[in-house]
Amino acid sequence: MTDTVAWRGWLLDPAPASRRQARLGRWYRSWVAFRRNGLAMTGLVIVLALALTAVIAPLIADPATANLQVLEDRLQPWSVAHWLGTDELGRDILVRILFGARITLTIVALVSLIVVPIGLGIGLPAGYFGGWIDAVLMRITDIFLSFPRLVLALAFAAALGPGIENAVIAISLTTWPPYARLARAETLTRRRAEFIEAAELQGASHLRILLTQIMPLCLPSVIIRLTLDMAGIILTAAGLGFLGLGAQPPAAEWGAMVSSGRQVLLDQWWVATIPGIAIFITSLGFNLLGDGLRDVADSRSA
Amino acid sequence: MTVAVDAATRTDGWARRSAGPLRHAAKILLSVALTFLGLTCVTFFIGRVIPIDPVLAIVGDKASLETYNRVKIEIGLDQPIPVQYWRFLGKVMQGDFGNSVITARPVLEDLLRVFPATIELSMFALIIGVVLGIPLGVIAATHRGRWQDQVIRFGSLLGYSMPVFWLGLVGLLAFYAKLGWVEGPGRLDVGFDDIVPTLTGLITIDSLIEGDSDVFWNSVSHLVLPSSILGYLSLAYVARMTRSFMLGQLKQEYILATLAKGLSPFRVVWVHALGNVWVQLVTVIALTFGSLLEGAVLTETVFAWPGLGLYMKNSLFNADLNAVLGGTMLVGVVYIGLNMLSDLLYPLVDPRAREQR
Repeated sequence: MTDTVAWRGWLLDPAPASRRQARLGRWYRSWVAFRRNGLAMTGLVIVLALALTAVIAPLIADPATANLQVLEDRLQPWSVAHWLGTDELGRDILVRILFGARITLTIVALVSLIVVPIGLGIGLPAGYFGGWIDAVLMRITDIFLSFPRLVLALAFAAALGPGIENAVIAISLTTWPPYARLARAETLTRRRAEFIEAAELQGASHLRILLTQIMPLCLPSVIIRLTLDMAGIILTAAGLGFLGLGAQPPAAEWGAMVSSGRQVLLDQWWVATIPGIAIFITSLGFNLLGDGLRDVADSRSA
Repeated sequence: MTVAVDAATRTDGWARRSAGPLRHAAKILLSVALTFLGLTCVTFFIGRVIPIDPVLAIVGDKASLETYNRVKIEIGLDQPIPVQYWRFLGKVMQGDFGNSVITARPVLEDLLRVFPATIELSMFALIIGVVLGIPLGVIAATHRGRWQDQVIRFGSLLGYSMPVFWLGLVGLLAFYAKLGWVEGPGRLDVGFDDIVPTLTGLITIDSLIEGDSDVFWNSVSHLVLPSSILGYLSLAYVARMTRSFMLGQLKQEYILATLAKGLSPFRVVWVHALGNVWVQLVTVIALTFGSLLEGAVLTETVFAWPGLGLYMKNSLFNADLNAVLGGTMLVGVVYIGLNMLSDLLYPLVDPRAREQR
């Protein structure tokens, strides 16, 4: 008990002794503010549960059962053996949903890994150098920003062929522009700051200033934006899957599962609706989490 | 819906920081032209990276090398890429997207035939979203932090998080299959097809012009479920943006001043504060309409609605690239048009923007 009190005291110390203590203290205060927001905590729990599911799915169920077809058991309602019933090929819906979490999380992670570097790579130089570099980079960004996301993803999928990698590429291509704008805006507000000038006087190169001075300050807002975008990414990916352009059968992708359940919607409604609930809960979780993070960030800046 | 999230960041676009009215218009036009060029570039690029050899698609794989080379020259694939792009651009400017492989008709003709169905669906959805979304957003703002605000915020958060295709299926299951309140997929019952001549392509309007109430009510009954579902999604966005814009206004001092002068709170909120918010809402509404066109792709698939989305989806699975790219261009052009419209409307609804220019 006394240990935790001591830790709290150290974290909330108004005069931190080291940079690390100050930073950890700031994080702790944000966490305390975040923890008070019930909806945001719900979101965090959902997202963590999703990640946990994705990691331990092979421990709960044998990967082979996700695609195991037992035609005698097809279209069963829920039972002790199949908690959420079975689909039109006799596959266990619960197991498929568990493994579907891996696909969803993979898509989300890959899109983030592509989108953030591109956004920063375009936005930071645009805001830092200004002038014609800014004009050119921002025009390119505007062009991509004015594209309808799902339709462009559709066209890409049509050209590259359906598949999860191409879905990721298509979604990334239409997701990065807001990050470039965000990074540029954040850079502009810091461009004339004195600590930049100090770094310049010490002889730091442009690249060094961008990477060590400006980029770390852009990251928080980029991460918040990313969390808020996750839901949209998940919905677009599921939409592509539903149209048959995402992960290909027999992969247990949630959107594709809804699509295949359409055939039996009227008689065995659970086949199509239950994977949809998984999509819904996941995207709701990311939305709640993102909202909460934004509130914390806002209250800090205010 | 995600594209629409940038409404707030976009309103301070470079087109608006301008001096004279002519320069303002010229800048908007230049921006539109550049974006359009970008759209054609991307579409052209997509057409090029496709792994299918377009020559083989025409001549078949049994053709001799001579035929292959002849056709390659005929369709211009022997030219350098900039030349190919220039020709592509020339054709697009004339509205020539090539012929559809499935229907064997010009893609533009097909697009114009299916587009009204999508417009009808999105228009109704937009009306639902705006008529309900704006008042809900205002109420949420005036009751900030109280239960009304919580309910509206959570309701729109749900709308944000729902996969539209799933909501469509659940809606069909509940209201069509179980309850029988509405008609099922399609725009009309089979017996009502082709009774009303096509004038606008919007069946509700066409049937009203003809005065055929049976067709009208049948089409409304088909329309109500898909447009409510799309409308809910746009409602979620419109209400959320209205709330945050209104919160910004209600903090202003003029609100206090008008209240102190004895104006009723109702008038202050719904006339004065909301009046100032309209400016930003125009952009939001324009972008919402754009995202509705997107949502239509999925909704149309679920409801077998013979619009642009279903047309593109079917073309896609028949490897009809001309049709897919044509559809992409059409949606892109509508998007650009909506952006331009909201840029041009801006000074009309905001006297400050008018004076500054």
